[in-house]
Amino acid sequence: MDQSYSSQFVNLLAAFLLLLAFAMLSQRRVLTLIKLFAWQGAALTASTLIMANATGQVHLYYSAALTLLLKVMLIPWILHRLINRLQIRWDIETLINIPATMLIGIGLVIFSFALATPISEMASGLTRATLGIAIASMLLSFLMMIVRRKAVPQVIGFLAMENSLFFAATSATYGMPLVVELGVALDVLVGTFIFGIFFFHIRDQFESLDIRHMEKLKED
Amino acid sequence: MAIALVLGFPLLGGLLLALFGHKRWAPEFNALMSFITLVAAAALTSRVITDGPMTAMEEQFFVDPFNVFLVALTAFVGFTTALFSRPYMRIEEHHGRLNAARLRLYHSMYQMFSFTMLLCLLSNNIGILWVALEGATLATVLLVSLYRTPASLEAAWKYFILCSVGIAQALFGIILLYFAAEKVLGSGGGSLLWTHLYEVRSELEPTVLSLAFVFLLVGFGTKVGLVPLHNWLPDAHAEGPTPVSAVLSGLLLNVALYAVVRSKVLVDGALGRNFSGGLMMGFGLLSVVVAAFFLSRQKDIKRMFAYSSIEHMGIVTFAFGMGGPVAAFAGLLHMTVHSLTKSAIFFTVGHATQKTGTQNMADIRGLIEQSPTIGWGLTLGSLAILGMPPFGVFTSEFMVLTTAMHEHPWATPFLLVALGVAFAAIFGKVQPMVFGETNLRRLPHPPALVPVFVHLAIVLMLGLYIPPYLVEWYRQAAAFIG
Repeated sequence: MDQSYSSQFVNLLAAFLLLLAFAMLSQRRVLTLIKLFAWQGAALTASTLIMANATGQVHLYYSAALTLLLKVMLIPWILHRLINRLQIRWDIETLINIPATMLIGIGLVIFSFALATPISEMASGLTRATLGIAIASMLLSFLMMIVRRKAVPQVIGFLAMENSLFFAATSATYGMPLVVELGVALDVLVGTFIFGIFFFHIRDQFESLDIRHMEKLKED
Repeated sequence: MAIALVLGFPLLGGLLLALFGHKRWAPEFNALMSFITLVAAAALTSRVITDGPMTAMEEQFFVDPFNVFLVALTAFVGFTTALFSRPYMRIEEHHGRLNAARLRLYHSMYQMFSFTMLLCLLSNNIGILWVALEGATLATVLLVSLYRTPASLEAAWKYFILCSVGIAQALFGIILLYFAAEKVLGSGGGSLLWTHLYEVRSELEPTVLSLAFVFLLVGFGTKVGLVPLHNWLPDAHAEGPTPVSAVLSGLLLNVALYAVVRSKVLVDGALGRNFSGGLMMGFGLLSVVVAAFFLSRQKDIKRMFAYSSIEHMGIVTFAFGMGGPVAAFAGLLHMTVHSLTKSAIFFTVGHATQKTGTQNMADIRGLIEQSPTIGWGLTLGSLAILGMPPFGVFTSEFMVLTTAMHEHPWATPFLLVALGVAFAAIFGKVQPMVFGETNLRRLPHPPALVPVFVHLAIVLMLGLYIPPYLVEWYRQAAAFIG
């Protein structure tokens, strides 16, 4: 594939990733959130594959395969099973209403591009504009974790944040060394399992997965 | 080889205890594994003292004066805490707060926690350091939520979310660092190795590095418990089992700070000392002041000492921020004495709360009458942590203060006021707990108080006389930090 084509494809996928981050921010159904998360993983896999093809870096193929396995298949499947067993459908209220959240999100995107500009100018890779998008989707996931009240969407926000970090790594530097990526993937997987176990403990203790019940430990 | 042994024993211990951690002999086995780790760490230390810095396994691991002293400290406190946890956890089981399955989880995670901390310290690869630190978070989350009470679940959840988000920021910092390093060192594993990065640190791109350092400081700083990222720390310390509070405070905070200092040394090469130093001094001073004022409002004894840990981490961060041989020396010394003193305090606090059945300070009275060792341990530990001479904390705080007076006089009043407020708060609360009317019950197992006095004796010795090899060692590490 031609270099400029690859670059355009990656840019397209980056835009798709940003769109997905906004979609997650506005989505209140937990099931759809998981689907969006899986789509994010798929976009990530595709962009990593294109980068691997364009640059000839073999380890990027491995990391694309890892992303596909972990973030498109395994983790969404685990989350799916969890919400089925926990009977969660809707995340009813957010802390700030959704239009306001979207406006804050747009502000964050502008901020991220301003932050990334001096660095993108130095990037020699195929993909100069993508670092800004990576930072933006990281901050959007962060925002999602802040405004959500239930435990499951918070965790999806965390996983989405990890996705954007991964995208930052592939777009700015052609990916971290494989041993690091494997380690990070292991941590994320173990973390997901622990989160899953936690959901059950929290529900048993509080009879709800609403974080509002967990505001007892405060300074008085 | 020596490095492999230091890392291998706790890993092996963690795996074996995952299978046998519920057996009657598991607490002893836990202590034994920690002891073997300590022996291996001692062997490693003596080798580094005679042969100087070394790397192993294709440079993936390395030891230099800075990390070897933390390895020795981590292994030592890990062992003494395992000794303390032996009767402590038995008593908890006797009181019905834990069952066999939870004890198995506890013992296994205790060893895994030691393993991840040692991996963090010994890894030459900054990416692996990140992975290990996140692993340490995961292990401690399970330990903090061990009692499965609503409060402990809440504390663990808060800890999990805040530290995972924090450490995700650090990962972004590492990506930026890699981005800068790749230009100089080329892509591949070498660009994330500390030893390689230090060689080329003056050639790295300053704008990228300054942004990277901000992310690294915020990320690892969350784990150090720097204000305003400290929210998880008091909850996690108060709600987890006491041996876990002791290792969290005494060891994990040090390890996270180690990551910050390593990043600082790297960034200083490209940017000069002012940028990183200013940031660290700001965060450090803020932590000292805020934590000192929160101390007097605490009702829970473990929360109070958790805030005291934030205060002391603030002092160390401030010291490293000032830089220079004296301040860096003081910072290293303070890391050592704080870790020893604070874990000793948590040991006594643990037994005191078991005796009284509460962590509420208003209900703990007359410790010295019923059990002089616990009472004296708590008194001496508190005096030591408050910086009374002749304990070692006084020495390091004195060095920090005098350097601050010389180089940054504006900071001195803040530090002095904060130290004064902390003294009034802690001493005013410890005194009635130790003296006064007693309402204590007997413990079903004799408490382990030898570690308390061993720790305090070392702290006392460091205040009166630091052995020459230790001075030399601190000096080399301080010269590296600069």
